[in-house]
Parts: sequence; C-alpha cells; structure tokens
Amino acid sequence: MKFQVDNDGIAELTIDVTERTMNVMTPEFLADLSAAVDRIATDDAVRGVVITSAKDSFMAGADLVALVENFDLQGDFTSLYEECRRLQKALRKLETCGKPIAAAINGTALGGGLEICLACHYRVAADRKDAVLGLPEVQVGLLPGGGGTQRLPRLIGIEPALQLITQGKHVRPAEALELGIVHAIVTPGEEVRAARKWLAESGNAQQPWDVKGFKMPGGAGLLHPGVVQTQMVGTALLQKATNHNYPAPIAIMSAVYEGSVLPMDKALAIETRYFVSLLRDPVSRNMMRTLFVNKGAADKLVRRPEDPPKREVSKLGILGAGMMGAGIAYVSARAGMRVVLLDTSKGKAEKGKDYSRSLLQKQIDRGKLPADSAADVLERILTTDQYDELRGCELVIEAVFEDRDVKAKVTAAAEEHLAKDAIFASNTSTLPITGLARASARPEQFVGIHFFSPVDKMPLVEVIRGKTTGDVAIAAALDYIRQLGKTPIVVNDGRGFYTSRVFSTFSREGINLLAEGVNPALIENVARHAGMPVGPLAVTDEVSLQLSHHIMQQTKADLGDDYVESPADAVVSLFVEKLDRRGKREGRGFYDYPEGGKKRLWKGLIEHFPRAEKQPPVEDVRNRLLYVQAIESVRCLDEDIVTHAADADIGSVFGWGFPAYTGGVISFIETTGLPAFVAEADRLAELYGARFEVPDSLRSMAKSGRTFYGDVKAERDRTAA
Amino acid sequence: MTEAFIFDHVRTPRGRGKADGSLHEVTPANLAAQVLASLRDRNELDTAEVDDVVFGCVSPVGEQGSCIARTAVLYADYDQSVPGTQLNRFCASGLEAVNVAAAQIMAGQSRMTIGGGVECMSRVPMGSDSGALHADPAIAYKTYFVPQGIGADLIASLHGFSRTDVDSYAVVSQQRAAHAWERGYFAKSVIPVRDLLGGTLLERDEHLRPGTRLEDLAGLKPAFAVMGDQAGFDAVALQKYPEVEFIDHVHTGGNSSGIVDGAAAVLLGTRSSGKALGLVPRARIRAFASIGTDPTIMLTGPAPSAEKVLKRAGMTASDIDLFELNEAFASVVMLFMQRLDIDHERINVNGGAIAMGHPLGATGAMILGTVLDELERRDLSTALVNLCVGGGMGTATIIERV
Repeated sequence: MKFQVDNDGIAELTIDVTERTMNVMTPEFLADLSAAVDRIATDDAVRGVVITSAKDSFMAGADLVALVENFDLQGDFTSLYEECRRLQKALRKLETCGKPIAAAINGTALGGGLEICLACHYRVAADRKDAVLGLPEVQVGLLPGGGGTQRLPRLIGIEPALQLITQGKHVRPAEALELGIVHAIVTPGEEVRAARKWLAESGNAQQPWDVKGFKMPGGAGLLHPGVVQTQMVGTALLQKATNHNYPAPIAIMSAVYEGSVLPMDKALAIETRYFVSLLRDPVSRNMMRTLFVNKGAADKLVRRPEDPPKREVSKLGILGAGMMGAGIAYVSARAGMRVVLLDTSKGKAEKGKDYSRSLLQKQIDRGKLPADSAADVLERILTTDQYDELRGCELVIEAVFEDRDVKAKVTAAAEEHLAKDAIFASNTSTLPITGLARASARPEQFVGIHFFSPVDKMPLVEVIRGKTTGDVAIAAALDYIRQLGKTPIVVNDGRGFYTSRVFSTFSREGINLLAEGVNPALIENVARHAGMPVGPLAVTDEVSLQLSHHIMQQTKADLGDDYVESPADAVVSLFVEKLDRRGKREGRGFYDYPEGGKKRLWKGLIEHFPRAEKQPPVEDVRNRLLYVQAIESVRCLDEDIVTHAADADIGSVFGWGFPAYTGGVISFIETTGLPAFVAEADRLAELYGARFEVPDSLRSMAKSGRTFYGDVKAERDRTAA
Repeated sequence: MTEAFIFDHVRTPRGRGKADGSLHEVTPANLAAQVLASLRDRNELDTAEVDDVVFGCVSPVGEQGSCIARTAVLYADYDQSVPGTQLNRFCASGLEAVNVAAAQIMAGQSRMTIGGGVECMSRVPMGSDSGALHADPAIAYKTYFVPQGIGADLIASLHGFSRTDVDSYAVVSQQRAAHAWERGYFAKSVIPVRDLLGGTLLERDEHLRPGTRLEDLAGLKPAFAVMGDQAGFDAVALQKYPEVEFIDHVHTGGNSSGIVDGAAAVLLGTRSSGKALGLVPRARIRAFASIGTDPTIMLTGPAPSAEKVLKRAGMTASDIDLFELNEAFASVVMLFMQRLDIDHERINVNGGAIAMGHPLGATGAMILGTVLDELERRDLSTALVNLCVGGGMGTATIIERV
C-alpha cells in the first residue's frame, strides 16, 4: 500500500498487493491498512485522503485459498472474533477520524474491496463496462464481514441491500449510482481527479449514519410495516431457495435486521459474530474449496499434461445435429470457432442450427446481444451432409445415436478427411471410450468429451481417457474446453465414466424407494430438500424412461452374467414395456404433464406400488439418496475412474447438481466425518441392501483417522519437502 | 380448591371489520366499556366487589395498547379500585382471559373477576403489533413460519379435505347461525352497541350471509394460493411436511373466519361471593388447559388441548354434550371432528366464526357464552370450548351447568 501526501495535504493511498494479479485481503494488507489509518488519524499534515488501486481492478475480496487452508487451524471463537474485527475496526476508525476520505474506484470492487469504499465518505467509480461492484461472500457460504451488512443497508435501505447481499449479486457502476452505492461515475481514468475535486469542494467527513437523528432509508425495526413484510417474505423465499441447507443467507438477514436498529459500533459486533459462526461452519469451507479454489484450478487446466503444446480450435466438426450436437455447435460458435454441423441430411443439420437461432434470438429480445453479433455467430455454423466439409477441422466431436456401429461408421467417415494431427472425440455418455476408439485409425488421438444437457447451461465437461488415448488428445480436449469457458474434469474409461455412473445411482435409488412402497411425494420432496435440483422420479422422466430402458438393455447385453439386477430395473421395464409411460417428452411418466399446468405425480402410481404400511423416516430417505452417490464415488476413486477427490467433488456439483453446500460427494463424506459416514452406511446396508456397503478403502481410512483432503495435503507437503 | 362459577356473560354483536362496518366508528375502549357496563347494569353489580378484569386483545397497540382492560374499566365508570390486565394468547385470548380470571378464583386470590376480550379489527388491523415470531428472520427461519391460512390449507392437503368438503362445512355454519338468530338463541346475551346519544349502532351480527349456497362459495378465489406460491410459504410448509406433494389451497373468504369488530365479558366468582351479591351461578369451570403443537401448521392444537383438558377433568369426549370450536378455518373443525370422532350435530350447533366473524381477542369469551346459553336452552350439562391458536397452540375449557 503506497501512501503519498501532496502539498495540499491530500494523501493518496494506493492499494497494490504484491505478487498478486488482483488485490486481495492478505494479513500484510490488513496490517498496512491499519497503519495507514493510524497515520491518517494522527498526522496533522494529512487533511484528506483518496483511496485507489494500482491494479486494473480496485480490489477483490478475501483470500479464499488461505481461508480454506486455515479452516482446521482456526482458534477458538474469541480469538477468531478479535481477528475478524480487525478490518472492521480499521474501517470504523477511518470513517470517524474527522478527515474526509474519498474512494476512487478504478475498476471492479468486490467483497472487502467494496467494504473499504463503503467506509469512505465519498465514492466515485470509473464507468467501465467490465467493472462490477458487489458483496459476493454468500456464494462461498460467508457474509461481508467488513461492515458490508451494516453500511450498505444504511446507505440504500434494507430491502435493496438484502437483495444484493443475500444473492451475492454485483452491479455495474451505472447501476451502483442509481442504487446510491456510489455518488458519481466518471470516464475511466478520471476517478482520482473527481475524488480530489470532491475533497477540495465539499469534503464532508461524516457518514450519514453518524449524523444525529439518522434514519435508515425505508425504515428499520419491526414496527415498520415495510420491514416486517420484507423480512417475513424474505425469510420464506430464502428457505425456499436454500432448504435450510445454507447457513449464510439467513445469517445475513439476521445480521442486517439485528444491526439495523443499533448504533454502528454495536451493529458491527453483531456482524462479526455471525461472520465467525459462518467461518467455523464446514459449509463455507466446502463451498470455498470446491466452488472457488478447486474449480479455479480446474478452469486453469490443473490436470492438463504439460508436454503437448497449447492448441486452439479454429474449426470444429460436429457429427450429429441432435440435441447434444446442436448445443455443442452453439457454445463453440459463441466462443468464436467456425463449426461444421453435419448430419445425414442438410435439413437435419439445419434443424440443429435452429437451436442456436432460437437461443440467440432470445438474447436479442432481452437486449443482451446486438443483432449483428448474433448474425456473426450463426454465420460461423456451417450445416452440411458432406463429410469432406470437415477438412481443416482440428477437432471433431461425434454426437450421434448411442450405438456402437453407427459411431464406428461416422468415425471412419470423418477421419478420412482430417489432418494427421486432428483429434477425434466422442460425446457418448455411456459407451466406454476404449471400445469406440477401435473404430479409429489413430486411437491415441481418440478421446471422450462428455457434455451435459443443456450444453449452453451446464458448466462441466467430462474428458475421458480411453486405454489408448494419448496425452496429446487429453491436452487438446482440455484446451478446447478452456476456449469454451467451461470447467473440465479428466476421468478414466469405464461404464458411465464418472458422472453418469454415479448419477444413475441417485435416480435408481429413488425408483427403488418407489418400488418399496414409499410415498413418492416423500421421495421427491426429500431429494429436493436435501439439495438435489430435481427429484429422482422427475429427473428420470426428464432424461426419459425410454433412455434409461435403452441403457439398461445395452448394459445387460454387454455384461451378461455380471449384470446386477436392481429393483428399479423392473420398474423401468414396467413403465416402458407395459404402461407405455416413457417420460416427460411423451407427457407421461412417473408424472403427468397437463398442458399449461404443473406436473403432478401420476395417480396410478399407488396401484402399482401400494403404499407400505410403515413409511421410512425422512432421515433414511435423505441418506439413502445421498449416500448411494457418495459411496459409488468412492468406488470410482478406488477404481481410478476419477483420480482426485477434488475432481470427484467438482464433477458432482457442476455435472449433476450434487448440492453445493456439501462441497461435493467426497466433501460430503468428510463433513459427515468418515467414521460417522461408515457407521451410517453400515446401518443402511443392513436395512436396505448391499449397495450401501462401503469399500474397504473407506473403512480403513475411517479407522486410521485419515481423510481424502488430508491425504492430498499430506502428499503436497511431502512433495514440497 | 375453590370452584369458579359463571354468573353471567354478554357480548356485542360482531360488526363487519371494514370501513363500512357498523362498529367501525366505535373505539376499542368504548366497545369494551359497553360490555363491562352492561354486565354491571343487568346484574346490579357493585363493581367495587370485582377483584380484577382480565381482557384478551391480540393487537394491543395504538388505541388497543397501554392495557386496554384498565382503560375500559375506567371508561365504564367501574369503581377505581378495580384493576385490569390484558393478555395475548392470539385467537384464544378471550378464553384465556376467562381461564385466568377463573384461576384467580380457584387459587383463592380473588372472589369476583371478569374475563373477556376486545378486538376492533377494522381500526387496529391484524398484525399491527408486528412480532418476532414471523418477522425476526432467525425466528421465522427456525420455526418454519408460514401464515395460518397456509397452515389451514396444509391441514386440508394432509387429510384430503377437498374444496367441496370445506365449502360444505361453511354452508352449514351459515345455515346454523342464521337459524339461531332467527329463533333468538343469542338474544339473552347480545347487547346492542350504542352511540353517544344512546342511538343503536348495531344489534345483530352483520357478517352473516344467510342463504349462502355451495355454488356461491365454489366461485370464490383461494385466499392463500398467491401468497403460498409467490412468497415461498408453500415451499416452507413442504419442508416440514415432505409427505405432501403440494398444498391444495382450498380456503377462501367464504370458508374462513370473518374479520370483525367485537367485545365480550364473562362474570365469574365464588359461590359465596355471588350469593352475597344476589347472583345465581349458571355453570362452573370444570377444567382448562393450553398446549403447544407444531408452529408451522399452527392450527392443530384443538385436538391435543381437548384431550389434555378432558384428562385433567377426568372425562372423555363422550361425557361432553356440546363442543364449541372456533371456526378459524373449516379444515380446523373438520380435523378436530375426525380426531375426536365427534358428530357434526354435537359441535358448533349455532354456527361459528365462518358465518359470524372472529374478533380475535374477544372470540373465546363469546363462544363460551354462546355454548352456555345453548346448554341451558337444550337443558344439557357439559360443554368443551376450544380454539386453535397462532404460534401452534390450543386452549380449551370445560364448563358444566349447575
């Protein structure tokens, strides 16, 4: 932090955290800030202050990597409380020191960065399109602990503040001005000058909330009807959104409410207590680790083999213009690639392109995309039924019907026209890559790139290494995914790979419960309350029972005597073969889908699955649905299908929506505690079946007190030493 | 233990709780004072003999604040030695006030008391007093708070009461209330509310819609569907009751209690104190009990509170001649009948709040009086008075004629 005082007594405080591309809150920064505040308060030569940043952005928030690392090392509540109050105290001293402080917000200011600005008496922001202001802490299970929950409501009112803080939403500078978060926006580069101008002309050194008789905009306290409404409805909507699984949003609402009727100093203490309670909660650790730290590493291709040189796809081939092919074409063209979308007829290929047309039109209608940019995207998608159009493609992805022969045919047909170093990928979700690679003339350049549906919304891509797949293909696939801005995990070959294999245990367990006569409403509600995005019966309808049936038949045929029947199989067969209820697309599956109405569980379920006299406790239903996934994931780790706990976690959260509060399947086990997890799994196995038996590896880890992430850290420490 | 006897009770008619309601112009203190004055005048009561006046009031703020009971005592020209206290057990406040007034007598600490209640819902709207239960985020979150209409719809969804079922119940309530008014069953205890010059403002319940048909009710919009969906309350309720696929919003303004203005008072005392004042005991308080139940569904307290009070009195449901359960919502009464296996012919025989309205703080005292009058008319002996209560409670009282 640079501190320069000019002849007019104006100090310019420039934040420039060393060895970081972005300013983040490090212990050193905090110490610097406290020292600077002390000097501002005591140095008579300083008459006013401008705070700005030397980096492209103003400042991001906390150093989450450090918070995750230190989770297990945190001291007791008292010492943590004192430590967490340091930033608050420095900022409170700053705003009450009697000297005018102006923030020149030159770029993005998030979390602690924005909180520093809120403690200034004047805020002017550079009007940049790429800059955002916000308090996103809730997204990693925390709350703004630097006074954000107290100053923002006092500035703009409780309701608008809650909307920003409980959702972690950020706003552009222009919107920040409208909301009253900043006093002015100026042409980028002018912000320091504007701040100085304010110091020279006005320089009011008192915050509104320190003026006697201050009233919260929009009111505060429970005798204010508007506040009552906001908090009553807000609390319900929050429960609807979080299902009581995420402690941060409710802590934010409470901190805002309880603090809003207190003087600032007491209010800040309330904020810290809630902050500390969240910091000590494994949910924040889980979210920081998986959603931020490990996802960040995956986005930067942590698993990419180092040797192959970096590649960029300029021309991409897609075989099959069905739902998946159409989606891949859209995201790739959107990322700037030229796309050849090939199907058996030009008409079919055009139909696939229509998907892009409709998505782009929606964005134009919403004013999110200029029409000419949309036209550019569409122009990049060439539709054809001619394989020779694939010439020059660096990467070709097949997304044709899940049938080995069909896939083999298109592979051979495409490869004929490709350059020697081109990569061929299969978007199969179920067929082992090693087998498919046999159809390739260069199996080391054959890789699995498994997208999720809908492709434009789902952030994860699963890269599958077949037995013959070489590092070049893996690296190329990862480079391509980075171009798309999606998150990759790399897994080894096996039936269903990692994501499909584990996710299918969830839907199957739901159907097992139904087959046992468990109330289907209970199954679906408990699944969603546990944090799954959709209940197991609904998701089976969405994927289609037809497809489940097809995969089941294929697997049976492939495995022969090794196939293990589950009660769910009979249910799927019944629905497809006898009842002709094939899923959502047909308007009938486990649910009915009345036109224009909400889906309702099919009334006929009770005839086929008579309600069991004794219904299981909610806890059992919840644990069956979650444990079955976690246990299958451990098996995948054991079988080396997925190679790192972090990848298993990322894949589960971003691939199939395993609840984020858990941090993913493996973090879920660790949060439960390995011994407790094993004990519960043993209980479930005894009551409900062998699928809940944990692998020996997990049992021995539990016994010896090891953990997955603990092992990772031990390994890292060993390597470092 | 001293026995507590009921000597008399009066109530105001219930005025529509809106700006065009006949009691809208009457202040709560005035309305409460009129029932106190009536109780005094028709019993030629020396008010100096009254040890305490306990009044229920659910929104005790503004003109209902600052202890409405003592305010009404002074305004009614009672002797200044008569104290007053106000309590809040939400919808059962009026009955709770009677119970507490009776308890003072039973405990030997008072000889003559008045229990009652007042609520001018047109002037101090429901919710005016705010409250942490629903508006402090930490508490609303912890208790899975949902508004009681959602709880009523949840009861219907859990127990399979259809829209037609609850509407049919409401039709009967209207029929019974109209019939009772026609025959003058309420005449003994309903006093006309007067204006400053002695003119009559209201002498009959004005919320009734006699002749309501099932098809009239079928056309009404569900009252809590939008709130349940858009404000997230349905989702919160399902988090507590995951066995329900969805909340079927069957309650409307037509099968829920009406919003009204009203007041009621019950005169209680020991046998000897009554005798000294020339009062004849009409019934005694056999037992009373309150209970807490799940706060989310909120309205399932009546059955457990009935079971609790029956046990306390050493009785069973079959020992009770008439039941009176406040018709907060049709599903509440239907569930109660199912749980205690009570025939509709034995409960709310003269209709209830669906037809006549529910002045929150006063209702408990009103329905206790109503059922006592009916016991006398039918020459029966015992009644159980009961209300569902906000926050997930129930309050019940058993009376027995003497």
